[in-house]
Amino acid sequence: MRDLLKLDDLHLDLLKEIGNIGAGNATTSLSNLLSIPIQMSVPTVNVISFEEIIELTGGPDEVKATTFVEFEGEFTGNMFFFISPEQADQFIQTLTQDAKQSILNEQNELAFSAFLELGNILTGSYLRALSDFLQINLYSLVPEATVDMAGAIMTEGLIETSVTSDYAIIIETVFQSDFFNEDINGHFFLLPDPNAFDKIFSQLGV
Amino acid sequence: MNQLQEQVKVGIADVAIAKSSQALITSGLGSCVGIILYDESLKIASMAHVMLPDSNMTRQSHFKKGKFADTGIDTCLNLLSEEGSQVFNMKAKMAGGAQMFKTTSSDKLNIGQKNVSAIEKKLSQLNIPIVAKDVGGHNGRSIEFDIETSQLKIRTVYQGVQYI
Repeated sequence: MRDLLKLDDLHLDLLKEIGNIGAGNATTSLSNLLSIPIQMSVPTVNVISFEEIIELTGGPDEVKATTFVEFEGEFTGNMFFFISPEQADQFIQTLTQDAKQSILNEQNELAFSAFLELGNILTGSYLRALSDFLQINLYSLVPEATVDMAGAIMTEGLIETSVTSDYAIIIETVFQSDFFNEDINGHFFLLPDPNAFDKIFSQLGV
Repeated sequence: MNQLQEQVKVGIADVAIAKSSQALITSGLGSCVGIILYDESLKIASMAHVMLPDSNMTRQSHFKKGKFADTGIDTCLNLLSEEGSQVFNMKAKMAGGAQMFKTTSSDKLNIGQKNVSAIEKKLSQLNIPIVAKDVGGHNGRSIEFDIETSQLKIRTVYQGVQYI
């Protein structure tokens, strides 16, 4: 197993490029779905402790709307989209064309399924771009959406890694839109399991 | 709650000990379990933020002891023993072990429930009684153990605050 802490700049740059390709495709899909302009940040790649990963989401008990997808195939991993519930509502209301929809109402199935669809589009197009680029087969499992504490959610993606390490590699992209009254910031995380990295780098010939 | 009370934070896979006038806290428990061992007569308590049920799962030579139910409880117990606590005076409370998502991947299936079962088994072997617990469900929890009163405060997003 590759020591995650010993990756050099070339490896980290390649992971960043993966984030670029995945998120670029996801941005286009999301923008098309909602018919609004969406921008993305330059992806960042971090090799950090679990504690630091949870801090990236805003803190362990920060309440976030999240879609979560596991993927399998030639390697495994997790994808997360974190956004504040209020900002998620902006997307949901745009998608449903209904200003009363809110994910903060736990019983609101329409809002949840709209948010899930949004996450589905993001993660699906990200993963497709990733498998095309690496020329490998990756497929996602059933996506899920929830509103809960960021730490409680993010830990689900760290279980596999925690068996072998106290650190994980996380690739983060921020999606932004200034289409709404307040700026929207959604954080997208690709969290590959430890088995991913040898496969990724061998596909890329490094 | 006393505003001057010092909070001792327990990070993911960590273990900590605290004394009277302090509170042990850990945040964002999903499938993880916060386990507290405490001694009411000495007014001390230790807490572990457990991620996985069994240290046999690890492929690391060195790992954070709080990560696993068995090594986490052993460490909590040792920390209390070093302060003069006897095992027969120790009690336990715990919270967490939720199933945040209906995951289909077999390794992660019901990991919260497995954590809870592993802790119960370990404590039963040690003859340490579980005085109260709030486990399972589908929601995250943040917890705070007040050593002075032995009360465990549990906060969730939808259900608010409760004490056990």
